[in-house]
Amino acid sequence: MTTASVSLGASVSSQSRFMQLALAGLLGIFVMGFVGFSHIDAVHNAAHDYRHSMAFPCH
Amino acid sequence: MNLFRNVVFIAAIAGLVAGVVLACLQAYATVPLILKAEVYEQAGGGHHHDHAAPAATDSNAMSTTAPAAEAAPADEGWAPADGFERFAFSVLANIVTGIGFALILVAVSEFAGGIGGWRQGVFWGLAGFAVFTLAPGLGLPPELPAMPAADLTQRQIWWWATVAATAAGLGLIAFRKSLPLAILAVLLIVAPHVVGAPQPDSYETAIPEGLHHQFVVAVTVTNLVFWLVLGAVVGVVRGRFTGTATSLRDSFA
Repeated sequence: MTTASVSLGASVSSQSRFMQLALAGLLGIFVMGFVGFSHIDAVHNAAHDYRHSMAFPCH
Repeated sequence: MNLFRNVVFIAAIAGLVAGVVLACLQAYATVPLILKAEVYEQAGGGHHHDHAAPAATDSNAMSTTAPAAEAAPADEGWAPADGFERFAFSVLANIVTGIGFALILVAVSEFAGGIGGWRQGVFWGLAGFAVFTLAPGLGLPPELPAMPAADLTQRQIWWWATVAATAAGLGLIAFRKSLPLAILAVLLIVAPHVVGAPQPDSYETAIPEGLHHQFVVAVTVTNLVFWLVLGAVVGVVRGRFTGTATSLRDSFA
């Protein structure tokens, strides 16, 4: 695949770049996991229709 | 943390837009089917169903006798009231998880060089749809309330494992030009389905087959639109950021 020649934050070191992207990805997984997969009843009930509509395992 | 901030900014905009779009589609396509299914659930005398809104349309799910409309079961915790409140929380869930999905999409795509425009974004969106909807949906089809299902934690583990394996497989095919790795990729994508998703003991349900089928189609199509919009918006917003919106737009596929 051809990639864009200008990357976001191209000036930072590759290690710092990896850490920041990994952090952003993990944050996304955490957010989505909490809303969609948490076993806390109140969270489940609040997002009930959403969980069904996203085909997340529910109940 | 400049890069992190940029990623979060792009993800926030894309997640907001795609989340609102998805919430509108759901209100029209999937939620009415869920409400219909809850009528069957109620008539069936109460399968174990966790959503318990203290309103007349959703009876006490734990009740084995006559439905007690006003009583919310104490052990199921707080739930939004039917109507606007329930809808509002669905919209909120859509936006919040939309931003979550966008964070994952932007972070992963930056490792591969970044999404260079709306058209590349559409292809990244297709990949997201395959990873998060199509693959887990094969083993665990979208389910309506009152439908039988295996143990929740087991299914959630299978769901995450399938997402991870499918993502790894697609990544290998797209970014590694090697035949052995491509074969490994196919094995990774197939493996969760050979293992098989956790299945319920019995498939008996009060939900009509037609209603369920309609729901599966509605969920799949709404998710497809969500991912296409999410990818495209990421491409556009990122292009504005880097100022390279036009030059590389047509280079992919």
